[in-house]
This record gives sequence, C-alpha cells and structure tokens, in this order.
Amino acid sequence: MGRFNVSNQYKAIVIGGSAGSFQGISRILSALPTDFELPIILCLHRLKHVRNGFVEALNIKSAVLLEEPEDKENIKKGKIYLAPSNYHLCVELGNTFALSTEEMVNNSRPSIDITLETAAYTYRNRLIGILLSGANKDGAWGMKKIKDRGGLTIVQEPSECMIDTMPAAALSLTPVDYVLTIGDIIEFLKELDRKYKQ
Amino acid sequence: MQQEIEIVDLRRLTEVIKNKYNYDFSNYAMSSFKRRVQRIIELYKFASVDALIRKLSEEPPFFREFLSEVTVNVTEMFRDPSFWREIRDHILPNILLNHSSVSIWHAGCSSGEEVFSMAILLKEMGILDKAKIVATDIDVDVLQKARSGTYPLKNMDINQKNYVRFQGNQSLDRYYREENGKAILDKSLVEGISFREHNLVSSAVFSKFDLILCRNVMIYFNQNLQNTVLKMFHESLFKYGYLIVGSKESLIWCEIANKFIVVNNEEKIYKKIKD
Ligand SMILES: C[S@@+](CC[C@H](N)C(=O)[O-])C[C@H]1O[C@@H](n2cnc3c(N)ncnc32)[C@H](O)[C@@H]1O
Repeated sequence: MGRFNVSNQYKAIVIGGSAGSFQGISRILSALPTDFELPIILCLHRLKHVRNGFVEALNIKSAVLLEEPEDKENIKKGKIYLAPSNYHLCVELGNTFALSTEEMVNNSRPSIDITLETAAYTYRNRLIGILLSGANKDGAWGMKKIKDRGGLTIVQEPSECMIDTMPAAALSLTPVDYVLTIGDIIEFLKELDRKYKQ
Repeated sequence: MQQEIEIVDLRRLTEVIKNKYNYDFSNYAMSSFKRRVQRIIELYKFASVDALIRKLSEEPPFFREFLSEVTVNVTEMFRDPSFWREIRDHILPNILLNHSSVSIWHAGCSSGEEVFSMAILLKEMGILDKAKIVATDIDVDVLQKARSGTYPLKNMDINQKNYVRFQGNQSLDRYYREENGKAILDKSLVEGISFREHNLVSSAVFSKFDLILCRNVMIYFNQNLQNTVLKMFHESLFKYGYLIVGSKESLIWCEIANKFIVVNNEEKIYKKIKD
C-alpha cells in the first residue's frame, strides 16, 4: 500500500494552472510513466491569440505526447489533452470534448472553472482535480464542484507556488483532500498509476 | 438559483420550446447548452428551470430574448488571421480560375464581424463586385447588429491586431469611423450582402455556393446534429466547392467525410469532391 492509499475508481484527471505553473506542469509531465493509464486534461491560462507554440513547448519535456483536442473528439485512456487557445474546453456526457467560444470566465478563455465543472458533471466521483500556481481565482469554483460531486481534489502547496492566489482561493472555498508540492503530486500520480497496473 | 440543472430539466425545456415555437435544441451540446440556460436563469432571476419554462409557455415575446441569450454570439474580425490569409492567397484565386464570380455563404454569421472581414478581404483583392454573399443566423438580434455594422470601440483593439496579422494592405481604421464610443463600419462594404434569418437545424437547402463558412457554430451541436447539418452543407455546395469550419472542428469523424478532401488541415478547409 502506498503513501496516499489511493483507489482505482478514477476515470480522468484534470489539471488547472496559470501564472507560475509552467515549470511545475513541465516537471509533472516529464516524470509521468510513458504508459500512464488515465486521460489527463490540462487547462492552463495562455495567450489568447497565439494558436501555436504552447503545446510544442510542453511537449519538449513531456513523457506522453500532448494534444489539443478537436470538438467532439473522444477522450481516450493514456492521452494528455491541452485546452486550445481562445476556446473553453468542456467535457461532454458520453466522454467526448466539446469546445466553446463563450464569453470569458474570470477573464479567461479557456477558463479552468469551466473545464473542471463540466468534467465533474460527467465523471462525478471518478475525477481527480489538481490546481497549481496562478494569479487569479479561476479554478476555485471548479474545485468545489469536483469536491461536491465526490471527486478527489489536490492543490499545490501555496508556499511553493510562484503566485499562490489560485490555490489559496480554492482552499478558502472548499475543503480539499491534499495540499502537495509538485514532487508529491508526482509521487501521487505514480502511485495512482501503479494501482491500475496491479 | 442554487440547485444544479439536471438533464431531465433540459429535456423538458427543449420539449416545450419545440412544441410551442418549433425550434429544436434537443441536439445541442449538453455542456454549453446547460451553461447558457443557467446563465439565463441567473440573468432574469428565475427561481428554477420550471419558472423559465412557465415564462416561455405564457409569454411568446420572451422567446426572442431567450433565443438571443441561449446562443453564443462571441466573434471577432479576422479571427485566426492565418486562415484569412489562406482564403486570400489560395482558395479564392483557385475558385476564380474557373469562375467569373464567387458565391459565399456565412452560416452562423453572428454580429457580422466575419462577413465584414470577408468584404474587406475581397475589396483589397479588387473582387468585391464579383462576390455574391449570403449571411445567415438563427438570432435576429445579431443579424440586426450585422446589418448596422456598429461595434463597441473596445472590440476594435483585437480586430485591429488580427487584421495586422492577416497582413491586410491598409490599416483597419480606413474601414470605419468612430462615433460615441462605437466603431461604425463602412456600409458600402456590405451593400450587396443579404443578411437573413435561417435555422441550420430545420431548414432545407436554399441555394448552392462555391464557398461555405460555418465556423464555431457546430461546436454547439452534438454529433448527430453535426452530421445532419453537414449533409445539408454538402448539398448546398457546387462540386469542388469549399466548406470551412472552425480551427478546432473536424470533418474526419462525420458520416460524409468521404465526399470531401482535406485542402488544409490546419485551417480546416475541405473541398467537396463527390455528389
Ligand atoms: C460563436 S458564433 C460564430 C460566429 C463566427 N462564425 C465566428 O466564427 O466568429 C455562433 C453563431 O451561431 C449561431 N447559431 C447557433 N445555432 C444556430 C442554428 N441552429 N442555426 C443558425 N445559426 C445558429 C448563433 O446565433 C451565433 O451567432
């Protein structure tokens, strides 16, 4: 039994991050087993009108190839997805993505709240939500939705964050299951992966 | 309203709208449709989905407002500048190789930024008078905005940036004047353009085109409805005509994919090759 005593009830992981999260997310992606079991959905704040470059920058380090999903694409095991610039990335019932150009939420498109909330609605208690460093409160409400629906929530240890507004906002809005450093988040994900391979 | 909207609530809502107004939202993508309904409930301070349903059943004039709010109208001029360059440098020259004129349909044109972008592009190519353009939307309020070509000045910042990256041969402000915090676009650009109400869900083919743009509209539909609408687009295109969807949409999963070829995957430009 591992340190986190995590179960294998989960179907997907969503990770939100903003200012100061790039390094942390790169570390996580480079440390993942190449055959990581669950789909990971990343919603990171990014330049709104620069379509290219970001996924490539993350892919330099990532153990698993990241992709920006297209509308109504199936969400598959073992894949890592990144919310495209200037679109909200929603999870649709039936396990597909749906994109939207709706108004910005928390001044953001993609908005982390929208990705987390729609994922929580679809996966309910079978979702893990992770929120990293960031300078606004986007994601806090989404983390609450995940928790309300029985999912598991992790925020990055605020003292480790370049900018802790985002994790702090989540912590003040909802109980979370773990407050972890990037190093511990990596340990958690590895333990989770082992659980599926037993 | 605090409690969560459930799928059954949405079903009841779409059922009422279908029966009373003959608009069918039952095949819209659930995730965004639910959020739009939630937003309307907050905006008008309804106590529940039922209260919204009651209002719709009892007050027909409210339906038009509902329709306007439930659809997502966010748009930009020259959205995805590289796409507009591709249209200018390759697609239109290609069409005009064999034709003396070009017919274009903007399906889901919203407040018209996309249509004005096309008109400016055509004007800069010197072929605006060779184009026959129809622009349609389900929402009559946005069509009104499109016809007036009047946009909040603050939106012009991004429009301007997109235009610069499109590498137009003017400065965008040559095409509009400022008045009371608004940008009023040069109406002569859209003189020949027909703006019409049209519902992609229920309408039959009404004409044939060389080029159809339907960008960031079908993302609000589920796959079934996308398939139906794509069949209608296929029928509405001349053979070797082009269909263009949003930069994160794809035809490869749809039922009639084999009747198109990919001309440019990055910009989502497809060409009809079979009837
Ligand atoms: C996000 S806007 C897209 C505007 C523009 N094409 C662009 O890419 O920026 C989507 C538009 O589709 C329209 N729409 C939604 N459902 C429709 C339907 N069933 N028939 C026609 N238009 C529809 C909405 O009213 C809205 O104006």
